[in-house]
Amino acid sequence: MNRRIWQEPILRYIARRLGSLVVVLLGVTFLTYGLMYLSPSDPVEMLLQAQGIPVSENVVLALKEKAGLDRPFLVQYASWLGNFCRGDMGQSLIDGQPAAEALQAALPKTLLLTLTSVLVTIVLSVPLGILTAVRQNRFSDYFIRLLSFLGHSMPSFFVSLLLLYVFALKLRWLPVLASDTARGLILPTLALAIPMTGKYIRQVRAAILEQLGQSYVDGAISRGIKPGAVLVRDVLRNALMTLITLMSLSVGSLLGGTAAVEMIFVWRGMGFLVMDAIRMRDYPMIQAFVVWMALIYVLINFLVDLSYHLLDPRVRQSLEVN
Amino acid sequence: MKGPVYDARIRYTFLLVLTLAFLFLSILAPLFMPNDPNHASLSDAKQAPSAVYPWGTDWLGRCVLSRVLAGAPVSIFSALVIVGLTLMVGSAVGIACGYWGGKVDSILMRIVDIFLAFPGMVLALAVAGMLGKGLNNAVLALVATGWPTYARLMRGQVLTLKEENFVHAAKLNGQTTVSILFLHILPNALRPVVVTASLSIGGTILSLAGLSFLGLGPQPPLAEWGSMLADGRGLMQQHPWIVLYPGLAILMTSILFNLLGDSVRDVLDPHDSRNLFQKVKRKRIP
Repeated sequence: MNRRIWQEPILRYIARRLGSLVVVLLGVTFLTYGLMYLSPSDPVEMLLQAQGIPVSENVVLALKEKAGLDRPFLVQYASWLGNFCRGDMGQSLIDGQPAAEALQAALPKTLLLTLTSVLVTIVLSVPLGILTAVRQNRFSDYFIRLLSFLGHSMPSFFVSLLLLYVFALKLRWLPVLASDTARGLILPTLALAIPMTGKYIRQVRAAILEQLGQSYVDGAISRGIKPGAVLVRDVLRNALMTLITLMSLSVGSLLGGTAAVEMIFVWRGMGFLVMDAIRMRDYPMIQAFVVWMALIYVLINFLVDLSYHLLDPRVRQSLEVN
Repeated sequence: MKGPVYDARIRYTFLLVLTLAFLFLSILAPLFMPNDPNHASLSDAKQAPSAVYPWGTDWLGRCVLSRVLAGAPVSIFSALVIVGLTLMVGSAVGIACGYWGGKVDSILMRIVDIFLAFPGMVLALAVAGMLGKGLNNAVLALVATGWPTYARLMRGQVLTLKEENFVHAAKLNGQTTVSILFLHILPNALRPVVVTASLSIGGTILSLAGLSFLGLGPQPPLAEWGSMLADGRGLMQQHPWIVLYPGLAILMTSILFNLLGDSVRDVLDPHDSRNLFQKVKRKRIP
């Protein structure tokens, strides 16, 4: 077997996936840019109104020509896309700040909040999910499932307000506004993690129950291996793929899903930024935000898919056969 | 006769009756309002719950109970409309992809992939944010976010169903494509789609309330639970009732629809919940 390196199935797979990613991202940018044209209000008029300049036809036309907004849609899109790929994501209509800079400043804050909430979600939902699966139909199962059902039915903004009321306003243990300190991060993290934990306990439970119903578990137990050992060594390992999928889903739901919580705690991340931009109709900022988020999400999904190949020999083998 | 399936059916019937009663009551909600939900009287502002204002008043002196009741039809029926539209758009695309295949399939599925590349609420924020505030745009935003899931699900169903013998037989009988699709394929493909739709109602209520919390939903003076929470949160310290009751209304509604969704799944998609692991454990502990 003297295969050249680019003939390795995994590399060919990566190349194919990256190719289709490019197509998907092109579609994403097209859709995002096109949305501005479906909008009922004219961005140039909005800009003038925002700056307090009276809207006259001459000024609008001159500005449009300057910004290139009088050209055909596809030409505009192509030049916007070209700039975007070179890292120029346009300027804010409000203060002229480059969108890329504003987003770069906000991104770490959102990523930090995402990371802490996903970690808390995992730390809570995986052990509790396993517990409910193993103790199916006992008291602890019912009790945890009740709590998880409640959490799952609560929107994160309501959880935020409840946490704020109890821990910041009444008990005064934690600050009302999120600051950069670790203490300020606790409430926003919990507000995001509680609804997600509620959701994922159920899914972890289902994944573990599915594994427990497989005959390899019966086999191992009938050979006298302790149930606890089977659980840790085999069941958890087989449920790992589901857990990774859940993790990537939760990161996906947090991209953009943190907006309400960031608003409440004045956490100046991407969600806070985009809500400001939406309020001001700052289209270049909204576009840059949407494309960045999609890019991050698509890359995470790609990495998750790759991890399947590394973790699961069955997926690897199906690739070899093809 | 009795067994897990029987229990699931009883639970389902009970929840269905409860939900229908709830929907009926929310249509009639305006009749039960103790006060005019939009009547502002600053002399009555920020009053604690009392006999006249059972759930207190907000910063404009509007009755919170009346506003929660007035918001019920908006919040609940908009969510149902969203789920219905999502299901229809997604299913139509999925059927077209699965049945005709070929170029139609590959082009439509690429579009589905593009829509799925927007994480979570990002597309909804973009659509609602760019097209402007308002209930219609919020509905549009959530439909745009939701339909690809149904398209994929329906496509998978149709792909397996169209190779079934009864479909081949219908074709040989000379039935039209429309009648094959609507009489033979759709009824058989609907089950998982209905399960997914009923599971998603609760989440849709939360998403809509979330958009409206961010100021992208129905605009004032129209009462909506999410925006009531957003507007009242500054007053939460001294006047928690302004925030608490609309929040509980959202919570209760989403609990009810989540329970219904779960039981629809249990009835339509019964799965063997036998757990051998536990049986072994039970034997060990007498």
